[in-house]
This record gives sequence, C-alpha cells and structure tokens, in this order.
Amino acid sequence: MSRKRVVSATINGDLVEFLCEPRQTLLEVLRNVLELTGAKEGCSNGNCGACTVLMNGRPVVSCLVLAMEAEGAEIRTIEGVACGSHLDEVQQAFLQGAALQCGICTPGFIMQTEALLAENPQPSEDEIRFYLAGNLCRCTGYDKIVRAVQSAAAQRQQASHSTQATR
Amino acid sequence: MKAFEYAAPSTEAEAIELMTERAGTVEILAGGTDLVGLMKQMLVNPDRVVNLMEIRSLREIEPTPSGGVSIGAAVSLEQILDSHYLDPYASLKQAINNISSMQLRCQGTLGGELCQRPQCWFFRGGHGLLGDDGRAVAQGDNRYHAVFANAGPAKFVNNSRLAPALIVRDARLRIVGPSPDAEQWVDLADFYRIPRHGEQRENVLRAGQFVSHIELPDPGSFQCATYEVRQGAGPEYPLTAAAARLNVQSGVVRDAKIVLGHVAPTPWRSEDAEHELIGKPLTAETIEAAGLAAIRLATPLSRNEYKVTLAQVSVERAVRMAAGLPPGGF
Amino acid sequence: MADIQYSWPDRDSSKVIGGRQIRLDGMAKSTGAAKYAYDINLKNMLVARALGSPHAHCTIKSIDSAQAEKVPGVVHVHVLDHAKPGREIRWQGELLVIVAAETEAAAMEGVSKLRVEYEPLEVFVDEFNLEAAKKAGRTSKDGGKVQLEKEPGDDEDEATFADKELERLFKQSAHVVEGFYGIDAITHCCLEPHGATVYWDNDQLIAYLSTQNVSGTDEGFANDLKIPADKIEVRCQYVGGGFGSKFAPDYWGTAAARIAKATGRPVKLMLSRDQEFKLGGNRPSAYLKVRLGADKDGVVTVWDSDHWSSPGADGPGVPQGVIPYVFAPKNYRRAVTKVTTNNGPARAWRAPNHPQGCAITQTAYDDMAARMGISSYDLFLKNLGTDDSPGVAGAKPSVYAAEMEIAARLIDWKAKWHPHGKGARRGDIVDGLGMSLHTWGGGGHESTCTVKIHPDGGVESFCGTQDIGSGTRTVCAMVLAETFGLGVDAIRINYGSSRFPVSGPSGGSTTVGGVSESHRRAGQEALAKICEMVAEKLGVPAAELIADDGRIKARGDAKKSVAWKEACAMLGMKPLEVTATFRPSRNKSPLSDTKVGGVQMAHVEVDTRTGLIRMRKFVAVQDMGLIINRRLAESQIYGAVIMGIAYSLFEQRISDPASGAFLNADMSKYNLCRLGDIGEIVVEMYEPESERSRGVIGLGEPPVIGPGAAISNAVCNALGFRVPVLPLTPQRVLEAIKNNAGRA
Repeated sequence: MSRKRVVSATINGDLVEFLCEPRQTLLEVLRNVLELTGAKEGCSNGNCGACTVLMNGRPVVSCLVLAMEAEGAEIRTIEGVACGSHLDEVQQAFLQGAALQCGICTPGFIMQTEALLAENPQPSEDEIRFYLAGNLCRCTGYDKIVRAVQSAAAQRQQASHSTQATR
Repeated sequence: MKAFEYAAPSTEAEAIELMTERAGTVEILAGGTDLVGLMKQMLVNPDRVVNLMEIRSLREIEPTPSGGVSIGAAVSLEQILDSHYLDPYASLKQAINNISSMQLRCQGTLGGELCQRPQCWFFRGGHGLLGDDGRAVAQGDNRYHAVFANAGPAKFVNNSRLAPALIVRDARLRIVGPSPDAEQWVDLADFYRIPRHGEQRENVLRAGQFVSHIELPDPGSFQCATYEVRQGAGPEYPLTAAAARLNVQSGVVRDAKIVLGHVAPTPWRSEDAEHELIGKPLTAETIEAAGLAAIRLATPLSRNEYKVTLAQVSVERAVRMAAGLPPGGF
Repeated sequence: MADIQYSWPDRDSSKVIGGRQIRLDGMAKSTGAAKYAYDINLKNMLVARALGSPHAHCTIKSIDSAQAEKVPGVVHVHVLDHAKPGREIRWQGELLVIVAAETEAAAMEGVSKLRVEYEPLEVFVDEFNLEAAKKAGRTSKDGGKVQLEKEPGDDEDEATFADKELERLFKQSAHVVEGFYGIDAITHCCLEPHGATVYWDNDQLIAYLSTQNVSGTDEGFANDLKIPADKIEVRCQYVGGGFGSKFAPDYWGTAAARIAKATGRPVKLMLSRDQEFKLGGNRPSAYLKVRLGADKDGVVTVWDSDHWSSPGADGPGVPQGVIPYVFAPKNYRRAVTKVTTNNGPARAWRAPNHPQGCAITQTAYDDMAARMGISSYDLFLKNLGTDDSPGVAGAKPSVYAAEMEIAARLIDWKAKWHPHGKGARRGDIVDGLGMSLHTWGGGGHESTCTVKIHPDGGVESFCGTQDIGSGTRTVCAMVLAETFGLGVDAIRINYGSSRFPVSGPSGGSTTVGGVSESHRRAGQEALAKICEMVAEKLGVPAAELIADDGRIKARGDAKKSVAWKEACAMLGMKPLEVTATFRPSRNKSPLSDTKVGGVQMAHVEVDTRTGLIRMRKFVAVQDMGLIINRRLAESQIYGAVIMGIAYSLFEQRISDPASGAFLNADMSKYNLCRLGDIGEIVVEMYEPESERSRGVIGLGEPPVIGPGAAISNAVCNALGFRVPVLPLTPQRVLEAIKNNAGRA
C-alpha cells in the first residue's frame, strides 16, 4: 500500500516503468507522463470512448482506470497499431473510407474496432453499431465509420485467406 | 481526485483487514466505471481505495452444489456473457447486452454494477443525494426521478440495470467483513434500502463490509425477460425497466415475479402486478391488467408523470417477452 | 503580362478537382500522431484548472485562496477580474479562479481548497415559459417586420391597418392553421474542449489554441493583454471540433498567457467537460406561435407570428429574418421577443438561426398540408413558386423542385407516404415521412495565400487558415495540384499559424470558397510566370502553354513540352513567390459563388406507447456549386445530417428551474446520437452543369439545417398530430399523445 509507486506494464510491446500516484488515471499517465497523446480525454467519465485503449486485449476507457491497476498489464494504444508508416487494415479503412473529420474520436474508434475484430472477425452491420456504441463522434462520421469497419473486416479476412492459401 | 492510499489485496481476508484497520473512509474498487468518475468529481473522497480485482476467488464463475451458479463480485460483465454456466440465465445476459458500451461491459463488474451510486443529477452535480432534504428534487427538474416510494427525502432512482433481472431470479449476495471471518447471505431483494438521512447509503453494507459473491439458484423452469425503455442506442441509462419471471403451465400463470428498475430509490417489486398474473390465463388482457396494476401505487413528481406510463408499458413488455411474445414496440 | 483570367477547368479536363482524394491529415489522425492544442506538452509546463461558479446568479462576496496556495504542487492562483468581490455572476460555471500547478491532480486539489463566499441572487432559466419570463422582467422586444401587399391609406395608422388587413386576409383564406412550435437550446459539445497551451519566448507569446480562427485570434490576445499583435503567434494544426464556438482566445486563453507571464513557465488550460458544456457555447432556443392562411391550392398567402428566443445571458436570439424559413409568403407579420436567462451566453452554432427557423416554421407549413389532407410534398411544391415569381427566398424554385424530385425518388415518397395519422400499424409502431427545405450563403471569406515554387520543382503554400475537420489541407493541395498539373503529394500546404498570410475564420461555410480562391489565384499567377519562361525556350506563346501531367506543354502539340522540374530550374537560384488575395465583393468571382439550396426527407417509426422514435431512412439532396473533393463533401453532409438527428431526437440543455443549474452538463446525461441511432442515410449531390459552373460554395452549414423540420414532420405524419417542441423525447411524444387522446 502506498501513495506513490513505480508501476510496470507492457505498453505497445515495450516494458515500461512509470512513477505514479494512486489518484492518477491510466489516461493521465499515458498522455502526460509517457507522451502517448493519441488517446484523448473527451468526457472523463467513460461515455465518449475517446480514451479507449486495449488492456490485456480488452477495450477499456482509460479515463476510468487507475494507473496503478495497470501493474503487470499489457496495454495497446493507437500509437502501437501501425508498424512504422505502414497502417493496419483498420487505420487504412478509416483513412480510405473518410471515416474521420476533426479526428479527435478517431483513435478511440480505431482501438474499439481492433477489439471488435479480434473477437468477431466478421461482424454484421448491427453488431458493428452495437459494439461501437460506447464511442461518440460529434462531427459525425458514424455512417462512414460503419462502412470503414466493414471494409477493414473484409480486408483482414482476405489477408488471412491469402496467408492460408500460401501455406 | 483527492489523494488516497491504494491497495490491491489478493485475498478476501486481506481486503477486510485493509478496510477495517484504520479510521477514515475506504472505498471498494471493482472495475471503477462508477467510482473513479465519482472520485474525479470529488463527490466521493476516500482516504483509501481497496481494489478487489486481484482476488482470484472474486473473479470466478462456478456452479454451486445446489444446481445454481456463483458469480464473483469482481467478474466483468463481458465474462458473464462469455460464460456457459450462465447460458440457462439468458435474461441476465440479455440485460447485460442492454448496456451498450463494450468498454463498460469489459471494465465493469457485477459487484460494481449492483453497488453503483445513483445517477440523480442533483447528487452528481454536488447537491447531495438527499439534496435539501428532498426539496432540490421536488422543486427542481425531476423528469428522471422516482415515481414510487418518493415521499421521503430520497427521490432518486436505483440505476442498477442488472438488479431487477437478478431479483426475479431470487439471487442472493454473500457479504463479508467487518471481522475477518464474518460472512452473511442476503437476498438481493433485501440488499437495497431507502436512505432517510445523509449518513445512510443506498444499501445495507456497513463499514468494513463488501459483496464478495452473487449466487443464482437453480434456473428452474421459469421464463424470464427484462425490458428497458432506452431512448437511444448508447450507454445512457434507460428511462424505466422491468424484469419478469413467469412459470406458465398449460397456458396458465402458476407463478410470477415482477421487478421494476429506475422507478424508485430501490429496485421496485410489484406484487400488485404479480397478483394480476398468478392463476390467470396468459392473455393480452391479463398482461394489460398486470401493467395497470403495476402503477397503482405510483406517485409521480411534478415533471415525471410520463414515467408512470413507461413503467406500465415496461411491465407489459417484459411479461410479453418472458412469455415468448414480441414486445410489440421497440 | 496579360491579365490572368481566373477559372476552373471544365468537368472533363479536371484531373484532381471533383475527385475523391483521401484526406492528407488522415495519416496523422489515424495513428494518434496529430497534436491538438490539449496534446501539446511543453517542458516545465504548468497545468491549470479553474473553479466555476456553482450558482447561476450571485454576487461574489469574498475569495480566499490561502488554503489552495498551500497545496503541494500549486504554483500560482489567479483570480479573474470579473470575479472580484462585489461582481455579479450571471450563469453557472462562469470561471472565477484559476489554479496552476505541477500536475493536473494538484491543480484540481487546489481548486477544491478555494473558499468563495457568494450572495445568491434570483435565478431565471425557464425560457420555454414566456409568461413567467415576462413576470420576471426577462423579456425585451427584439425587432420584427410587417409586409403586406396592400398599403395603408395616408390617414391610417400602420399597426391598426396591419391588424385589419391580416384579419381580412385570414378571412379570405381557404385554410387557416394555428400552431405552436419550438426547439430547445443545445450546446456545441466539442470533444476537444476550449483551451490553450501557451508560453512566452522573451516578449513573444506563442499560443497553441484550439481555434477556428488562426488569423484573427492573435488580435484577441493582443487586445486583452495590451501588447502588439506582432508579438503573438497563434498556432493550431488540428481542432477537435468547433462548430462555431471557437473564434476567440476567450478570457481563459488570455488568463493562461497571464499566468505563464507571471510564473515564467508554459501553461496548459483546457476547460473541464462540465465547464465546456456551461461556457463553451450554445445555440439559442426558439418558440413560436403562429397563424397562417393558405388559398385553396395550399399556397400560404398570409403569416402572422410571434416568437421568442433565448440566447442565455447574452447575445442575439433568433431574428425575424428566418421566419418563416425559405418560404416567403406575400403577407406577413413577424414579432420577436428576446428572453434573457441565467444560462451561459450563446455562440454561433453551425448555420446560426437557420435550424431553429426551419424547425419552427416548416412544421407549420406541414401542418397546413395535414389540415388540407394533402401530401406535404405537394404543398411544399406549390409554395415554391416559379423562377420568375419565386415563393421562396433561398435558392431558385427550379433547384428546389429538381432536388425534391430526386429526394422523393430516393426515399420512395410516393409508395411510402400516407395521409397524416393514417398509416398502417405494426404492433405499437407507426411510421411517417416528412421533408424540409433549406438554404445558405456559403460564399468564400477573404483569404490571402502565398505560393512558393522552388527551383527544384517543390511547391508549397502559406495561408493563415485552419482545418476544423472539413479538409482544408486536402482542398488547398488539390487546387494547387490541379493548377500545376502535379500530383497532390507534390504539394506542401502550410497553415495553422497567425504568422502566415491572413485568411478568414472557419465559420459560415466560408473556408473552402475562400482558400480555393486564394490558392487558385496565386497558383494561376505563379503558373503564368513559369509559362513565360518556358515560352521562350519552346518558342510557343505563353498563353498556349498548359500544365498537365507533370509537364508544361504546348496546347495541342505534345512534342513541345518540358518537365515541371526542368521548367522550375529556369528560376535559377531564387524560388518564385506569388501572393494573391481574394476579397469577396458584389461582383461575381469566376471561381466561387454564394447561396445553395437543399432538400431533406426523413422516414421514421414511432412507438406510440413509449414515445420512442427510430430513424429508418434519411435522404439529403444538396447543391454546392463546384465540388472540389467529393469524398470530403459527402462527409460534411453525412455529419451534418447526423448532428441534425441528434438535435431532433436527443439533445437539449436542461436547466433546473429552481437553482438554474445546468443539470445535464455531463456526457452521460447530455444525449447524443450513437451509431445505432441514425438509420440509413442517403446523400446525393445535385450538380448539373448550371450549378457546377457557379464555382465553389461552402457546404458545412446547409445540410445541418433541415433535419429538425423533416423529422418533426415525419413524426407528425406518423402520429397524425404534432409533437410541438424539439428534441422529440419520449416524454414529449407521450404528452402529445395524451393531449391528442382519441386521435392516435
């Protein structure tokens, strides 16, 4: 038990240690300590999804996770999705499909889509609308976001088929 | 957030000790989807936060010897959806699926869901849960407030979305603390209470106690369903909800249990609606009568009469769904 | 050099313009690399948080910051001038004291330790209730207009004449409708709140501001801080939503600069979410009582309305000019009352006043159709008039008529329409169709751009504009790429700094028109200079040269050409720099124009027992002149429609009648659309040559105007009676059902 502590977590594949207070949220640490400002603070109470990151593979609103809870966790943020300048299928689909405008909600939507496709590689349109209901877009790109997720799913399916075919 | 101490014990006993070893307020963290927001707004200012998520026994779903299922308080809502043990309790899964945020389902736990604080906007806006002895609600905008049991200072509604579904299933809670080996079982129906003054909380937990497990009895041959009136497809709370449990034999209702949500400071059981159903053939007329009976005791506030209508429709539609009929509306 | 004829290439020869170029800022945004004002973390930076007034109306008696200053980590406490003892505070959330600290947590704790004594004053927020507002002394006349075909005689009093003449016109009307309509106040609710990260470099202020107005906010800082504007640089590469609320540095922005000066450290001050709701801007409410009369064909010939509107504590309400909206009956009287409340002051909200005007008047036109038992489509069509004798004040009647036909086809109006309240019932569910018309100016704002062409062939531009999400960077690059016959990737666009040539604020759909003008002009002028050099070398007159496919070519003689790089190398050592300015004027520019029209149709379902409404389909047909980027233009329309669905069904600012508190200043209680709430949306661009040839016209505002009326009309068509006030919440639908018992 403590007031300040070093927490170690794997963030985007790297083992990271940071010093934090119990009252700091994971989002605060990501943005202000680790300079990972891709996750955004929209509402600060879990309703907009702009701060979504994956924690041990599951999507969480990092504004409601205490940084101390990240001890030993594996965390993936938007900064860990692309490989260098090579975008993954979801990012590519959001870009191609014009599923972003001001862009402030985009990292959250992309992380949530990553979680969805990991769990359900071929979601129906209704499933997409349901699984992304925790994310808000004010601009609002919802229609194109749905299309982008469908397209990302199809791309990923195709990629995995062609990988299987070459095996 | 005010500064606090943080501890993540790995056993129940350690947790109890951490909750009782010193003066000052202690809050239980089990997912944090409610508590962390409350602490940020400085509505809840604990000196110590005890995180239950590292206690393995609290994160398990297990069958019980009596044919039921025991769910650890720190089990996430997504974990419940994924559990085959809970397949026979489809209406519980359905109620969880109504919580339209995958993030909140992954992060939120069953214990946390049941112990969440009210959404009442006077409470959340810093005016206190019983703001001005109930006058803040009575004289203010009370469109989302209670339509039952609202005569006292408490006019908020209990916002648990799973409690009605669990109460119709006769769920029980295992409560531990404040002494290291203290354990008691409480029916979920008796867990909530209406606070009369500012020192009381909305449930029977005393300092040093927490909910460790939720136990569901044998699923039996009931038909259950939950219906929520949800304005949109997002994670917003429903306006009203009802859970229904029916035992129908040869077209006649042998047994029924009806619990409404978001209409009173506690989940609101309607024995009036149950009486209208029990012993009657399950017809449209019977269902309509149950809906009407459910609102017989309603005492709407200045701006929430519409919720009485919604409560009535919620009961009808929950019963229809439990009976395997389409709800009739959205 | 001959005068340059500014022009766009025609449809067939356009290589880039009108295409579907992917947005150039998309990479940064989809990887999290884009830095918004509140992502800027500077070395040694302080984080500031503010205390807002808990009271909607009070006087400050005293402020004690001693305990706050003692909180570990707190570095500076700044009491705002308007919060000094004795000052009156007129809305909840108004910032009083700012605490700057080493961490956000310390700043928040500091704020919690501030001790302020207030003297509460009487509160009024019930803008819906005109009688109560009058009693509270919160109303004032806010203009009005009377227009009658007949004129009063010399000896007649105008007001009395108007009374009598209107009565006469109503008497001779074949159909008369009386109604009440309204729309509540909503907020901008930008996901990135207002705020800035600022620092001083000696006597220079650098402000990373979340703004729609890069070129204009340096003046704002300068005026408030009393320093020359040339000592200030405002920077903004990305904005997390503005919608009309981010044109100024705001007092919290300048306060951050003051704290940075006092402490000698960079300061970040962003509003908290509830402060953003309370202070970041809102759209005025509007409520209208009207009587309108139509002839036997349904053409409305007389309109007599009285409306009231509240901008909160300050600012203009909805004016008479948008009443009735688009439609222009020959005889009208429109009176306006402003209601002042203890809510935060209104700010421009996407298409200021038009959504309200549309929602509270085209609903009345629809009720006329219902009264007559005819289709709204037919009534709207009759009221358009003709191009020679228009019945509308927006776009040309022929444009609306053509768009109506397209929209009707896309939503299958003929097959799906039924008389009001007479549709088939499926369980407790009924469905209905509704429509609306809208218009907007959208002419380009003043814009200056410098194009720089380097001897190595590199092209870049400098312009003090910004991208609020609409795609400014991409549009500018496309214009220059088209002009120089290059790929979009070959162009570097520099914007987002007040040090660059001045360009207007991004408001009122003026940006695309403005920046495409300045970029095209500077581009054409630079190209002319390049062509002059190439002309000599090729022995072809400069006027005969074109830029295409990476080369400067002789028109019609492909053999005579030089590569772009080679042409630029002729510049020698010095880059070519050309600056051009577009100033809007009365004379039509060949590159841009103003005024568009659009038609929207909604198909909804209503659950008559719960009052829940679900969108089935929404069709938006829009005219916008020349389209630069089709993909981005579509995004604008989809986005606007969904915002419109949100304010039609969900969004409202809820103020507590007793305390004046903004009760739902929280994203969990301020309801917005989610992915599952929007139904099917169909977007159709209306772009015959007659429209395309007008040049560029802004598109941000127009499609957000119509959803309120279209959806309200669809709900009315479903139920057979009006739910008078937006948003159409279950509570309101159920109350309307109760008030119309026996009619549902």
